[in-house]
Amino acid sequence: MILDDRARSAPTRSPFRHYSDGLLGELIFPLIAVLAAFVVGGVMVLVVGDDPIQTYRLLLGSALSWPDGIGYTLFYATPLIFTGLAVLVAFRGGLLNIGAEGQLYVAAFATAWAGITFANLSAWALLPLCFLAAILAGAVWGAIPGVLKARFGSHEVITTIMLNFVAVALVGYFTQYHYKAPGDPIMQTTMIGGGAHIARLGRFIPGFPERIPLNLSFVFALIACLLVHLFLWRTTWGYEIRATGSNPQAAEYGGISIRKQMVLAMAVSGALAGMVGINEVLGYRYRHYDGFSANYGFTGIAVALLGRNHPVGVLFAAMLFGMMIRGGIFVDAFTNNVTKDLVDVLQGIVILFVAAEALFRGPFASHRLLKRSKI
Amino acid sequence: MLELRNITKRFGDVLANDRVNITVQSGTIHAIIGENGAGKSTAMRIAYGFYTADSGEILIDGTVCRIAAPRDAIARGIGMVHQHFMLVGPMTVAENIVLGAEPGSALALGVTTASADIRRLSGELGLAVDPDAVVDHLSVGQQQRVELLKALYRHAQLLILDEPTAVLTPREVDEFFAILRGMREQGKTVVIITHKLSEVLAISDEVTVMRDGRVVGRLHTKETNAAELARLMVDRDVLLRVDKPAATMLGATTLRVRSLSVRAHDGAARVDRVSFDVRAGEIVGIAGVEGNGQTELIEALSGLAEASTVSGEIRLGDQDITRFGARARRELGIAHIPEDRHRRGLLLEFDLAENSILGVHYRKPAAYAGGILLDDPAIRRHAADIIAAFDVRPANVDLPARALSGGNQQKLIVGREFDLRPTLLLVAQPTRGVDIGAIEFIHRKLIALRDEGCAVLLVSAEIEEVTSLSDRVLVIHRGRIAGEVDPKAATVDEIGLLMTRGH
Repeated sequence: MILDDRARSAPTRSPFRHYSDGLLGELIFPLIAVLAAFVVGGVMVLVVGDDPIQTYRLLLGSALSWPDGIGYTLFYATPLIFTGLAVLVAFRGGLLNIGAEGQLYVAAFATAWAGITFANLSAWALLPLCFLAAILAGAVWGAIPGVLKARFGSHEVITTIMLNFVAVALVGYFTQYHYKAPGDPIMQTTMIGGGAHIARLGRFIPGFPERIPLNLSFVFALIACLLVHLFLWRTTWGYEIRATGSNPQAAEYGGISIRKQMVLAMAVSGALAGMVGINEVLGYRYRHYDGFSANYGFTGIAVALLGRNHPVGVLFAAMLFGMMIRGGIFVDAFTNNVTKDLVDVLQGIVILFVAAEALFRGPFASHRLLKRSKI
Repeated sequence: MLELRNITKRFGDVLANDRVNITVQSGTIHAIIGENGAGKSTAMRIAYGFYTADSGEILIDGTVCRIAAPRDAIARGIGMVHQHFMLVGPMTVAENIVLGAEPGSALALGVTTASADIRRLSGELGLAVDPDAVVDHLSVGQQQRVELLKALYRHAQLLILDEPTAVLTPREVDEFFAILRGMREQGKTVVIITHKLSEVLAISDEVTVMRDGRVVGRLHTKETNAAELARLMVDRDVLLRVDKPAATMLGATTLRVRSLSVRAHDGAARVDRVSFDVRAGEIVGIAGVEGNGQTELIEALSGLAEASTVSGEIRLGDQDITRFGARARRELGIAHIPEDRHRRGLLLEFDLAENSILGVHYRKPAAYAGGILLDDPAIRRHAADIIAAFDVRPANVDLPARALSGGNQQKLIVGREFDLRPTLLLVAQPTRGVDIGAIEFIHRKLIALRDEGCAVLLVSAEIEEVTSLSDRVLVIHRGRIAGEVDPKAATVDEIGLLMTRGH
């Protein structure tokens, strides 16, 4: 019998086996992309008249200092983990979710709505209720493009983009006319009940001040990475979503309803985007603040792309982007000419390089790590 | 004159072309034949600059040329028409033809002048195509003419045609051959890649036979015959002949098809009121020229066709399954080995373990906890069992399906479907693009399954395969059953006539 021993003996496999080229082979391109972005960005810093080394030292130093740098970096990374995961799940199902922005808006408002409406409930009841509101609202808003695609064949890129506008307008309306404190000049709802507040991490970590808004949502985000991994690779639903994304005709052949998978993938994607509402409303502002999202939904696309559509990759990509947001603020303030737009430039170049991976495969293809595994 | 000299090309570990020498004389129709995977398309793509050879050289009229990209080939008067057309559907014929070689300036496309040129060109060759028609509205045969015109418009003197007749109906093939002869009379050179012997004999002046990446024969068509070419091509006189005992334990009727029709979106019947039975313990073969409704028939039987396109009745045992979906049919014991393993049969990016459960991924042993969680160790054992029983190599369940050769991919699919212990097996082109060892293996397995009492419906484009495997043969022509023949008594010629003429 010709049978590889590995097939029978090893009961579990490496979580990285879903990377076709092995971990290092997959990491090499994102790393090159990031490095290349910093080089190009450095040239731009030089052109506008600042010292690139100093600027980068400032960027990284402010993002990685203890406790503020790391605290804020992880705080900024939290929503990006959720939106990165959201884009990832849709992408694995063969769908491009450009609507995470709208999904997280609707979800954040729904979270605040639950927290305001049932403010008098105890934490044990209110907190799960608010969680549910965030996840459900995101899932429903995400499922709509899924249903439209399954039933009418409408392209999800178009419908998700359109629904972003609808979401922002709808949430704005309810905030302005129904949930704003009378006389408040700011577009924000009233406060949610105290039972729905999520503790800041400063309460658990000695030497980590509570003024830093990093809260338990970050831990939830880590758990979400794990759950998404298990969902995609350890459940039949995940299998069906991935099969549909990988080859819809083969999925159909395997008795999988690809219409159902479109809806399911978009609903799960929306739910993950919706969890941004947990960080924002329950962990940070304790209310819905109109316009809170700094394009988290769109940056999530970049995060998923840089993270190679793998939960672990998304986690690291989100942290990198969190670092850049944090560092960008300091670069803006403490250099003569460079503004925080540098961060956008860096992000843009990173994405450009990741997307242009095929270009690299040519000249570098002789390198062992860059070759596609062939048996 | 085009000459390939000592061309070698490797794809990974596969030697696609091994010191290939081909000489095409000007003003002739030159056929390159060989089985799927023999390396004929690779050689011609190298000549057209689609691939670059690892070693060897290309000579045009005696001088060595560097052809690094198709534009180099086009500049030297070489054109190529691919098996899958490269046309822009919503654009007109004229727009498609000038695409990339627009006669006008950046602002004025010059399609009107092009139209006149195209009319003249098509008039000269009897290639009747309206330059102003939209490509999407044309038949496949007409689209192919557009592809020809596209190459001729670029002043191609030598045309390479990759399996040009695969998509044509028999009548269109005749017209197409007339066009090729007309081109030869005008002094053009034609290279036609095919695996159909009858076409080689009908149209070509010279033949190059390829097998396993090598040239194994160069012949003048007049001095050869089908038997010799077939032997050169496959080097196995009786390979597709299977020694099998006659069906012994013929059981009850398993599949009963009555007046089954499948309509395409344009309303044309691809399968037209077809009725037949398959009994337990027999193999019923469907012979026919590809594109005569076999694909649609199998998709209708397996539950993959859109329900609204199917009419008639399909019964499995005494159950009407006409409206059942693919999963419900699988659960009733219908297994399906699809004709296109890359398109339907496999998830190429998934590993072998994951591929081994496609279709049964939601039930034991793959899933537990109410069919929600995947049981990874059980899936790996399941895959390892199939891999062992069907000798899939390399035997490593963690490899992506993409990494396997065609034959091993097919063995994995066959193993997976056999593992369902089906009462009815739908199998289409089971040995297409599969190496010789795997062909015999798959044939033996099919007969063994029959002898266990499974009803088997076999579709194959290879007459030899259908007649030697099947207990009964139905010939399909333009979506209809043109007749039933006894595979032991009928000659290839009789079946061939039914296949091409329908009576």
